[in-house]
Amino acid sequence: MENKVVQVRDLAAAYRKNTVLHDVTFEVEKGTLTGIVGPNGAGKSTLLNTILDLHPRLSGDVKFFGKPFKNVKKKIGYVPQRGSVDWDFPTTAIDVVTMGLYGQIGRLRRPRRHHREKAYEALRKMGMEFYADRQISQLSGGQRQRVFLARALVQDADLYIMDEPLAGVDAQTEQAIMAILKELKKRGKTVMVVHHDLQTVEEYFDSVLLLNRKVMHYGKTKEVFNRENIAQTYGGNMRWFGKEHRDEFTVHE
Amino acid sequence: MTYAGWIILTASLVGLTCGLIGVFLILRKMAMMADAISHTVLLGIVVAFLITRELHGSHMLIGAVLAGILTAFLIQWLHSLGVEHHASMGIVFTTLFAIGVILIATSVGNAHLDIQHALMGEITFIPWNTITLPLIGQIPEATALLGLAFVIVLFFIIAFYKEWKITSFDPKLAASLGIPVVAMHYLFMSLVSVTTVASFDAVGAIMVVAMLITPAAAAYLWTDKLSGMLVLSGSFGVIAAVTGYYIAAWIDTSISGSMAFATGLIFLVSFICAPKHGMVGRLIRPAEVV
Repeated sequence: MENKVVQVRDLAAAYRKNTVLHDVTFEVEKGTLTGIVGPNGAGKSTLLNTILDLHPRLSGDVKFFGKPFKNVKKKIGYVPQRGSVDWDFPTTAIDVVTMGLYGQIGRLRRPRRHHREKAYEALRKMGMEFYADRQISQLSGGQRQRVFLARALVQDADLYIMDEPLAGVDAQTEQAIMAILKELKKRGKTVMVVHHDLQTVEEYFDSVLLLNRKVMHYGKTKEVFNRENIAQTYGGNMRWFGKEHRDEFTVHE
Repeated sequence: MTYAGWIILTASLVGLTCGLIGVFLILRKMAMMADAISHTVLLGIVVAFLITRELHGSHMLIGAVLAGILTAFLIQWLHSLGVEHHASMGIVFTTLFAIGVILIATSVGNAHLDIQHALMGEITFIPWNTITLPLIGQIPEATALLGLAFVIVLFFIIAFYKEWKITSFDPKLAASLGIPVVAMHYLFMSLVSVTTVASFDAVGAIMVVAMLITPAAAAYLWTDKLSGMLVLSGSFGVIAAVTGYYIAAWIDTSISGSMAFATGLIFLVSFICAPKHGMVGRLIRPAEVV
């Protein structure tokens, strides 16, 4: 029981009348690094939004650490898609990172010096300390993603849920982020990441959840991430160059 | 205080309060919500009048807040049923406004509520209608109401400063941290309503939109900090109010019209000259390498 960080049972969700997700059932164990993979429109972001109560669910049951989300919010760090916010907002990198602490700071209180120091430390960890006072519109895509990661780090959560943190970032940022994710895993944290690049799944994640409106396959990457399962998930709409198997096949979306 | 003094003070309070709340209208991408609420508060005022048979500041404030919340709620509700967001805004606010207009034209017609007044405001008459407050003495009722609205708005902005910031910037993260995003939304709509109804007497439903949006949009071009944007926007509002008064006195025309015109001038100057995001700034500064 204590090992189960996320338990999702029979989850279903819809936009208006279109069911996007149905019969979603899976459990995530402590200390794993799970990639959530699937074609466009498979409901990857909806899955994250629904388990985090950001999108209404039609049915099903979601537990984190054996409890409903609202009782364990502080143990969960969520990283939304980079494109979901307005980067012209008048604020600085350090300010955005400090926002990760707003839950801990509590109502009617202001961030103090030690909060800002914590935020600065997280920025430093992401190699962004020289950009602390930069207005966020002046940051590149990769730098913005690092700011988002730093913001999640300050939350000091036990479970991290990230929506496409590696989409459209430079190689250096990708490495920096993966190094952090692996470090989190080493410290016993659990990480779930929506991921778009099939080529790197084997290298990055120890578990993989293949999603296409329902859970197509889920388990250890070594066991489930094979050509057959991927083809089934993508229904032919795929482009994949398996690194180890040297088999290449592409089908355009 | 002199007659002109009261008018300038009242106009400045409109500029200041609208300037502050307008910052969040811009940052939350809800500028058109100001237009909607500025019209539907009319219904709130009329209904408050129908119930109490008096036209008092406190009744008007309560009526306006309820109308504002109702507007926000109905727009959200229609949208959730599949109506496009802007369409649902257009449907809701015109309908509620129309009900207000019908009620005024029939049952309340002879009271000193009239459509012309509600739309355009009449700041020149403000000093005539006074009330007596303890400690302060006799002051125009509209000025007192605006003072109250300013204090309310300032209090809530300062008290929930970081919550406004995070719910405006990243509502998803805010929700995942346990910050009541929906409650903040309705609180914000209430503050917009309070500001609008307090500004009604002075500038009316149409010009208040200019006071809410334009100074904040201009301030957005000058600064990279939220606090800076609030200070600038409030200042621009006051400058526009004072300038507007003198323009109106100079060419003998509508004060509220001149105030709105002055906000437009401020925006124009900002759009051209602002060092950070203005046209000239963009020309002078080389493109950044990112």
